[in-house]
Amino acid sequence: MASLVGSRVERKEDKKFLTGKGRYTADITLAHQTHAVFVRSPHARAQIKKVDITKASKSPGVVAILTGKDLADDKIGGLIAGWKIVSEDGSDMKVPAHPALATDIVNYVGDHVAVVIAETLEDAKNAAELVNVDYKILKAVVETEKAMDSDAIHKDIPKNLCYDWLLGDRSKTKAAFDSADKIVKIDLRNNRLIPNAMEPRASIGDYNPSTEEITLYTANQNPHLTRLVISAFNAVAPEHKFRVVAPDVGGGFGSKIYPYSEDVVIAWAAKKIQRPVKWVAERTESFLSDCHGRDHVTHAELAVKSDGTVVGLKVDTIANLGGYASLFATVTPTYLYGPLVLGLYNIPAAYCNVKAVYTNTAPVDAYRGAGRPEATYMIERLMSKAAMELGMDQVDFRRKNFIKQFPHQQALVHNIDSGDYDAHLDKALEIADYKGFAKRKSDSESKGKLRGIGFSTYIEACGIAPSAAVMSLGAGVGLWESAEVRFNPTGNVTVFTGAHSHGQGHDTVFAQIVGDKLGVALENVEVVHGDTDKGPFGMGTYGSRSLAVGGTAIDKACDKIIAKGKRVAAKMLEASESDVDFKDGEFIVAKSNKKKTIGEIAFACYLPGQYGEIKSPLPEGDEPGLKETAFYDPINFSFPAGTHICEVEIDPETGETKLDKYSAVDDFGTIMNPMIVEGQVHGGVAQGVGQALYENAHYDETGQLVTASYMDYTMPRADNFPELKIDYTCTPATSNPLGAKGCGEAGAIAAPPAVMNAVVDAIGTDISMPATAEKVWNACKNLKKTNSKAA
Amino acid sequence: MKNFNYHSAKDGKEATKLASSNSAYLAGGMTTIPSMKLGLASYKDIIDIKGIKKLSGIKVSGKSITIGATTKHSDVANSKDVKKAIPSLAQLAEGIGDPAVRNRGTIGGSIANNDPAADYPSACIALDAVIHTSSRKIDAEKFFTGMFETALKKGELIEAVEFKIPEKSSYQKHPNPASRYAIVGVYVAKNKNEVNVAVTGAKSCVYNDEKLSKALSKDFSTSAVNAINVSSSGMNSDIHASAEYRASLVATYAKKAVDAC
Amino acid sequence: MKKITLEVNGKPVVKEIPDNTLLSSFLRETLNLTGTHVGCDTSQCGACVVHVNGKSIKSCTALATDVEGSKITTIEGLASNGKMHPMQEAFKKMHGLQCGFCTPGMVMSAVDLLQNKKNPSEKEIRDWLEGNICRCTGYHNIVKAVKEAASKM
Repeated sequence: MASLVGSRVERKEDKKFLTGKGRYTADITLAHQTHAVFVRSPHARAQIKKVDITKASKSPGVVAILTGKDLADDKIGGLIAGWKIVSEDGSDMKVPAHPALATDIVNYVGDHVAVVIAETLEDAKNAAELVNVDYKILKAVVETEKAMDSDAIHKDIPKNLCYDWLLGDRSKTKAAFDSADKIVKIDLRNNRLIPNAMEPRASIGDYNPSTEEITLYTANQNPHLTRLVISAFNAVAPEHKFRVVAPDVGGGFGSKIYPYSEDVVIAWAAKKIQRPVKWVAERTESFLSDCHGRDHVTHAELAVKSDGTVVGLKVDTIANLGGYASLFATVTPTYLYGPLVLGLYNIPAAYCNVKAVYTNTAPVDAYRGAGRPEATYMIERLMSKAAMELGMDQVDFRRKNFIKQFPHQQALVHNIDSGDYDAHLDKALEIADYKGFAKRKSDSESKGKLRGIGFSTYIEACGIAPSAAVMSLGAGVGLWESAEVRFNPTGNVTVFTGAHSHGQGHDTVFAQIVGDKLGVALENVEVVHGDTDKGPFGMGTYGSRSLAVGGTAIDKACDKIIAKGKRVAAKMLEASESDVDFKDGEFIVAKSNKKKTIGEIAFACYLPGQYGEIKSPLPEGDEPGLKETAFYDPINFSFPAGTHICEVEIDPETGETKLDKYSAVDDFGTIMNPMIVEGQVHGGVAQGVGQALYENAHYDETGQLVTASYMDYTMPRADNFPELKIDYTCTPATSNPLGAKGCGEAGAIAAPPAVMNAVVDAIGTDISMPATAEKVWNACKNLKKTNSKAA
Repeated sequence: MKNFNYHSAKDGKEATKLASSNSAYLAGGMTTIPSMKLGLASYKDIIDIKGIKKLSGIKVSGKSITIGATTKHSDVANSKDVKKAIPSLAQLAEGIGDPAVRNRGTIGGSIANNDPAADYPSACIALDAVIHTSSRKIDAEKFFTGMFETALKKGELIEAVEFKIPEKSSYQKHPNPASRYAIVGVYVAKNKNEVNVAVTGAKSCVYNDEKLSKALSKDFSTSAVNAINVSSSGMNSDIHASAEYRASLVATYAKKAVDAC
Repeated sequence: MKKITLEVNGKPVVKEIPDNTLLSSFLRETLNLTGTHVGCDTSQCGACVVHVNGKSIKSCTALATDVEGSKITTIEGLASNGKMHPMQEAFKKMHGLQCGFCTPGMVMSAVDLLQNKKNPSEKEIRDWLEGNICRCTGYHNIVKAVKEAASKM
């Protein structure tokens, strides 16, 4: 039987999307539904003196107008930060109250003040304009680096400091620096990004007065976790009376992990008014109120011996959390960032200090890569700078410091199980035609253009994971995953996963795993996710975890199916269980021609007795049915790694940077479907290139978001890219039986430093992200001035 | 979007009759509709002029091309006549927005809106256009009066734009990476005795850069542009480009345009 | 209110609608053709592209009233007799979609491209798709899909 795993299987889910049959939250219309519009703060920081709804309430079509006071009266809890971080001095992080609708203070433009519910969207919009909020405007705190020296925006949080966290050993690091021949320093800014999943967020609340159950349809990456949080902390409904459905979801990239204010309010409001309530974000609302990503200011130093051996690393970062601490906001710049600052290098001594600050900007949380792009950008820019200052070749310098032996316990947290970094570096040099670079550079120069090459040899920690480890570090949840494999009596299979697909292709890849494992045709396997009423509790999809953790849970559930199948087959075939083998969908008794297909066994499991032709007694002690559940909690993270090489050509007259060549060789461990993996790399690289060259969330000094539409926030478009060259190497992960390491974030992690190192190589001077045409033009101009002075 | 009364006018007369102080003409709607959606504008009456046959089409005479107000960008871009007579104008149309926008957006709508970063106004200035309206003919240099401002009176309807055919010409733009509107667009048109250099995107309104026009009239070469110091005074400055950068782009794109002529 | 008569995916449609109804809302809400998506408010993202009389337009920036009498094709109307259009097939084969949200607009734009240029170059494809934003695919496989479709059509 041909193997499905490892093949370029076309996606099962594609036809519905291609024919317009996808069903996203905004596509759902419920009988008697009302429409909600949120009244949002136009100010970055203000006191709410009064919310006057008198006039608005009389507006045509209005059903209800609800404010923070109504929420408080109903004892609906606020939004939570789900991961506790402890500061270097032993004190707990400081988290402000975050009511779903503000009561006395607003903390960013777009913050939620009231919800207007009306018969039509137009009615709701018109009424929302009439809600009169009396604000006392306060001076906004906007800049990351100035936050600690500004007014405290939250009560009892001095210096706007959430925590001052340390990972590593300051004294060991100091000793390493004392022993170094050279210290290389860099100052970096990791620009603020707006995730911009193409489907704007949306929620529909529906209350069933008969069962007293609330159903929330929402564009979300982990419906179970959303239900848990909204039940346990917001107290909207108990879990058994609350169903969360995340139907087709149009991209997430982290921004749809968290339950938002809108989810809490819409679910609560539906019960309150006893009618369905529908809210769909306009794009501007997405810009203002989706969680943003990154926003770090970092100073880092690398201690190097004159032979090029790196001996130590110091990293000091200020991370902007925005107006409140979002669900995973506190862990993103700490445990998802700090451990990764070492990159894939053998650096014996290091520390990473992170100060997380509140500002009057949208909350910042996990965005594709979450912490790892920030770490990778820092170490890869620093490694390139060090090579340049040492006069060493970029490639040789990196190679010299690679981790060579596995498993490798890093100086900070991670124990890296497997890898072969020379292998992907070598392959990348080949597909990027590194040898031909000098000629291409001189060709560019003859046209008056500058050409640069940039490297990024990266590592990431994926498959987030081990509950014991993450909970000891402050996680409020364990990060295992669940699966249920249900063999139906007629021989087809329904697979329930706690992971959630919003573009990743789980319907296909999980079916490939099950198809191979159980010997069932792909079309007879259906993967179900996204509905808390259907599958077992699961942790959702983020951190490139679905395959390594969720896929493994499915694999384990299949193992249980096979084990039971063997017992049943042995009984039916009158053989000893130890003589029964399972292969390609058949249970075969060794050294005989006796066999049963898995379909026959499934059928037998549901008809456990004798009736006419049917003779299928179950073994003693076995229950009828063929359905198995598995929860998988991995033993370690997985560690994808790779080499990305970028070439840019710059026009010094205009400052425009053309991405000319991009080559990536990644080690994702065992690959299930190369077609889908390539798609993940392409998309990740595009987002990484976006961060490096185009994207930037810009707040002005009063805290207004200037880039609040596609007119001003530069999304990468088709004409910004050349054809991307992609290849793989493989060292299987040892932490899960599939050998999978995760591929969803690699591109977004590896690309920014690859692109920026290329730009810096071309223009010969440091420059910050995004390397916009004007910035590059300025750098070229200044350099020209300096050079002419030097001459 | 606030509600309005939609009217589809059969002819210019009906359209102008329907016009009031609280109405807008609708052609492609590429600006009007988003402005209404975002609540930046609202009208009592929307008068659709797409159905007025007379307002659409391209006519070439010996010295000029006349393009009807509701002629779509895609029609100008694909017009054999335009490509032959003023290839740079077809190219300009080809570079507006994206294909779906070009299939709807019209020349009349573009110039009536007079967005400081729109492309067509620069063509009007460089190609000495005459704007034909329901009541008069207006020279382009008098038509564009300020940011989103034109010489059009309330209810006055653009019927066509007549462009003078130059000896050679070129339009070169540096697009805003986000919106793809022009950060700076330079239209160079060389006539027998004079050169016009029109610039869009750089200031609050399209303008004829007299220094560049004069210099290139004397010596049609990139070195003539090099000799000019384009001042950043009065130029727009925003998150996408400072005034200094825009000034530099004006010179750079003027050279590109001269080279492409 | 205005009464409009038009043809949508080959079927005649007569409806009475408020004057300010956008074509995208008309398709999604009045006709329940939810394959046409709305991804932005500024006519930039292209998720709402449909064909009006064979040409691609952004349905979020057109009034339903002003396409009176037109023939509209949406993503739901592209397949014929249950068989997907070669462009749809090519997107599937080349993995030109992930989350699927931009896909309807992307496919409709790509079909219009091939109506204009039979064998577009890579650059022509990328330029044409300027008005369709995708956040998932990095456009790589979309470009490949359009090439694939061009070779089949």
